[in-house]
Amino acid sequence: MGEPAFRPRYRVGDRLFAWALNLSTWFYVALIVGLFTVLLAGSWLAIKSFGLHFLVASSWDPVTGHFGALPFIFGTIVSSVIAIAIAAVVGIAAAAYLAEFAPPLIARPLAFLIELLAAVPSVVYGLWGLFVLAPVMRSAIGPAIQSKLGWLPLFSGPIYGVGMLTASLILALMIVPTVAAISRDFIEGVAVDQREAMLALGATTWETVRRAVLPAARPGIFGACVLALGRALGETIATTMVIGNRPAISASLFAPGYTLASVIANEFTEATTQVYISTLIGLGLLLFVISIVVNAAARILMHTVLRNVEER
Amino acid sequence: MQFSVFARRKALSIAAALVATAFGASVALPALAATQLTGAGSSFDYPLFSKAFYEYGQHHNDVTVNYQSIGSGGGIQQFTAKTVDFGASDVPLNTEEYKRAEAAGGKVLQIPIALGGVAVVYNLPGVTQGLRLSGPVIADIYLGKIAKWDDAAIAKLNPKVKLPSEPIVVVHRSDGSGTSYIFTDYLSSVSPEWKSKVGVGKSVQWPAQNSVGGKGNEGIAGQVRETAGAIGYVELAYALQNSMTYAQLENSARAFVSPTVNSVRAAAASKPNVSPADFSIVNRPGAASYPIAGYSWVMVFAKPSDAARGKQIKEVLEWTVTAGQSIAASLDYVPLPANVQQEAKRVLGQMQL
Repeated sequence: MGEPAFRPRYRVGDRLFAWALNLSTWFYVALIVGLFTVLLAGSWLAIKSFGLHFLVASSWDPVTGHFGALPFIFGTIVSSVIAIAIAAVVGIAAAAYLAEFAPPLIARPLAFLIELLAAVPSVVYGLWGLFVLAPVMRSAIGPAIQSKLGWLPLFSGPIYGVGMLTASLILALMIVPTVAAISRDFIEGVAVDQREAMLALGATTWETVRRAVLPAARPGIFGACVLALGRALGETIATTMVIGNRPAISASLFAPGYTLASVIANEFTEATTQVYISTLIGLGLLLFVISIVVNAAARILMHTVLRNVEER
Repeated sequence: MQFSVFARRKALSIAAALVATAFGASVALPALAATQLTGAGSSFDYPLFSKAFYEYGQHHNDVTVNYQSIGSGGGIQQFTAKTVDFGASDVPLNTEEYKRAEAAGGKVLQIPIALGGVAVVYNLPGVTQGLRLSGPVIADIYLGKIAKWDDAAIAKLNPKVKLPSEPIVVVHRSDGSGTSYIFTDYLSSVSPEWKSKVGVGKSVQWPAQNSVGGKGNEGIAGQVRETAGAIGYVELAYALQNSMTYAQLENSARAFVSPTVNSVRAAAASKPNVSPADFSIVNRPGAASYPIAGYSWVMVFAKPSDAARGKQIKEVLEWTVTAGQSIAASLDYVPLPANVQQEAKRVLGQMQL
């Protein structure tokens, strides 16, 4: 009743705890700053030699020392964007089904299975992609798409099996569990009275999910997608195995491509000249910056979308 | 409350100390038993080294050799930084690399340690082993100028084979590798156009529009196996162990030769005075010589800072280039020809201990 009862009382333990929390946060800030500094220092020679032209040049010739990053930037962004577009649709649908429609007897083992998929090492996805998906893409999926949509530049040209589309599909497969598992938690977390209010108005289960539950869970679902996109951007080994590793910019999704992470993994171990190594580190810096920009853009997009929803 | 916090912290620190002791002990134990020599570099050498050094350890229990297969580039860096006793690279040090290593530890000795060949493999429905190809034809295929299997240039070499009118899918290594280096070295030696347009390197700008990159031998093999009409190149040992369909290549004596341990060895034996400055052994003369071959190299400092260790390194390497070469054959690697073994031994003799 009196004031003293509400005054927070600090003990040594509390203070230590607060410090520990503080430190663990600042540790990550320091880590990011450190990463950035090391990458910048390592790639300084490349930045000095090539300048901004590096970002728009598209030749990659280790023999003559002409390096350009554009095909890798293109490949990284295109494969990740296609992957997240597919994974968002499938992942959110799966999450909605698990949280709202499936009987608990099915939902629990299914949810467990999906979470298990997130723990599968990426090299396993890569091997599966190379030995199972790529041949099927070449003999069945690719020709089927091409016979209907071959007039689009997007689906023109020879089908090698490996290529941008195969890589995007593997990436999508890898990040669906992330989208589904996190989205499901957020959908389940939507207050029961929201659902009840909707049902009381005479809405069906589908209408309740679409109009009340999903909008309420939107920030969480969006967060899940951003996290998944981050994983797709940085994925290395699975992409390397199925993307075809040709530094070229092609309109066709069947054509081989290349990503920033893949070229670093491919060439770093055997790179010997200073400029070459520095250039590869520069690609790492670029990937770092792209990840941050994409994350920031996603956050801005989320805030705009949410504000619009609230204003409506 | 406070008491228990302290008690717990004390328990924690004791536990930490225990862990530290245990860890320290486990690291220290083998070091007591034997000197541990370290090497790093080429992954091509790894299967040979791991078996050879194991065998060596069976007879010399005072030495163990720990080889890290981190790639030639990493090997050169570690060697230059003097964090390993020897480095291994699929290509000898170039002038820039040599100067840096020399600045760090004085004169560098480089010896050929392992011999390898590159097989050209393909997947052509209806055509089994032994399609005949020539250097200029392979170069034109990799340049993208020959794009179909029934091209007149291929048909001329294979009059008895019914070639399908399939488009060619060109497969190359996407990761930097000594195999690519030897292969592009060969293409440069047989095609002036390849030499001027592309050149030689562990990674190059592959010019063919119909090319895809696979990571590692297994990446190329997988790609070639799954794709009708594909052509690729893999290390000899890999092709033999996986029974891949490979081409016979026309050598400089105009004979068609299959990639085998003997044909690669014959090519190498035709150049006994191989040195870091003149190391290419592609397109060698001799009717039995297979045209795509190359050495992997080991580098050591002529005057190691620790003479006792240096002596042990010298012994290990001398054994590896002579007696140890018998292990190579069991792994489908090519044993060094006798004359090259002697040359390697001679260079090792220059170590100042």
